[in-house]
Amino acid sequence: MTTSVHNLPDAESLLNTLTSKLAAYIRPDTAIVGIHSGGAWIAEKITPLLRQSNPESELTLGVLDSSFYRDDYNQRGLHAETRPSQIPFDVQDKHILLIDDVFYTGRTIRAAMNELFDYGRPASITLAVLINRGGRELPICPQVTALELEVPHHQKLQLSRDADNRLHFTLEENA
Amino acid sequence: MYNPQLTKDGKLKHLLTIEGLPRAILNQILDTAESFVGVAEREVKKVPLLRGKTVCNIFFENSTRTRTTFEIAAKRLSADVINLNVNTSSQSKGETILDTVDNLTAMHADMFVVRHAESGAAHFIASHVAPHIHVINAGDGRHAHPTQGLLDVFTIRRYKPEMHNLRVALVGDVLHSRVARSEIHALTTLGVPEVRVIAPKTLLPKDVEKLGVQVYHDMDKGLKDVDVVMMLRLQNERMSGALLPSAQEYFKCYGLTPEKLLLARPDAIVMHPGPMNRGVEIDSAVADGKQSVILPQVTYGIAVRMAVMSILAGNSE
Repeated sequence: MTTSVHNLPDAESLLNTLTSKLAAYIRPDTAIVGIHSGGAWIAEKITPLLRQSNPESELTLGVLDSSFYRDDYNQRGLHAETRPSQIPFDVQDKHILLIDDVFYTGRTIRAAMNELFDYGRPASITLAVLINRGGRELPICPQVTALELEVPHHQKLQLSRDADNRLHFTLEENA
Repeated sequence: MYNPQLTKDGKLKHLLTIEGLPRAILNQILDTAESFVGVAEREVKKVPLLRGKTVCNIFFENSTRTRTTFEIAAKRLSADVINLNVNTSSQSKGETILDTVDNLTAMHADMFVVRHAESGAAHFIASHVAPHIHVINAGDGRHAHPTQGLLDVFTIRRYKPEMHNLRVALVGDVLHSRVARSEIHALTTLGVPEVRVIAPKTLLPKDVEKLGVQVYHDMDKGLKDVDVVMMLRLQNERMSGALLPSAQEYFKCYGLTPEKLLLARPDAIVMHPGPMNRGVEIDSAVADGKQSVILPQVTYGIAVRMAVMSILAGNSE
């Protein structure tokens, strides 16, 4: 299903879609990792819901900032705002649900996976995103997607969080 | 104003001194260092940022600790590291600084970490290197030791996050201390409202007040209600002439003992850039006491140096 770009989808209802799709992936040894910043906001919101419906799983939550693993460092330098990655569990043999807001080229996911492996060897990684906007440049693809939405290359689809902790999508022209 | 450390668009290219750097750049370094602290706690204590880059530690003056922490920092960033103790190599055979630098450039070095006994040596090298090379000052004469200043404020920020509400005292040989100068510039740039220096007149530079500090000669008065006590090493090897009567006399007046520390706030932290002269500027009971953060300073020094190296290497003209 592809939605037109003119009416931006409601991020909060996509969250519900994603949460129900993810229920099938939860196992006792599953951990959730959100990618800074959008993925971390999503992970923060859906983890308590997934815990409720899967009381037998501990479902620990971590966040990754993959700035130190990006492939554009030599062109663009270090990202101006890096935030500490926090993985408060042993990655070894865990089934990781890796969460991001928008899937685009796949380069952020490559960087995040490289970083994850420096914490240990996970049993598996499943990638889940709110929106797959098309345009991937690597053989990486989300297994769980709340919405497929084609966005032209000259536009930037971004998730933001307001003061009431609600998530919204915005669409901007690239500079 | 032209600053040789910055690119045309205001990004940090070399780190030569903290003096004149904007607060935003200092904060970027400290925030980035926060992210590197966790790297040392992982199974793989490395990130790939400087993969394929070569870092040269050029030490015209000996320093085991500083060189080691720069080396560990570079290696945790995946760089290749070459250590040169120029004291014991070509310079003793008559090679000039620039010849040394040109030779290392011909070997495709990407970054120089420079320590030299003369003030201005790192500036001199930075003004002559090829445009793709970055220079870090690891201590030049009495002038500056910017990464030490940064790791000190990073340590303070970790224990006392409200920088705008702190009273900090630097105690001891400010005159010979490049560390003290870098600490003072870092603290004032980051908005610490009260920075005190406590020392005898003979160990203070002329016009030290112009750096924005309050001067105390009496340690009991100077330590009153401070949040942070930063001890300085008595620089015996730089001491020429009779600036002090004796080490014992110095310890009596300016040594940090448990009794003197009671004058500071009860939750005050004690810092020292190392190496310590126990029983000269600091009592062992304080150095090893529960208010001491001297060893965390060493640990954080690696994260701060990783931050500096990774920010510089990514900023080119």
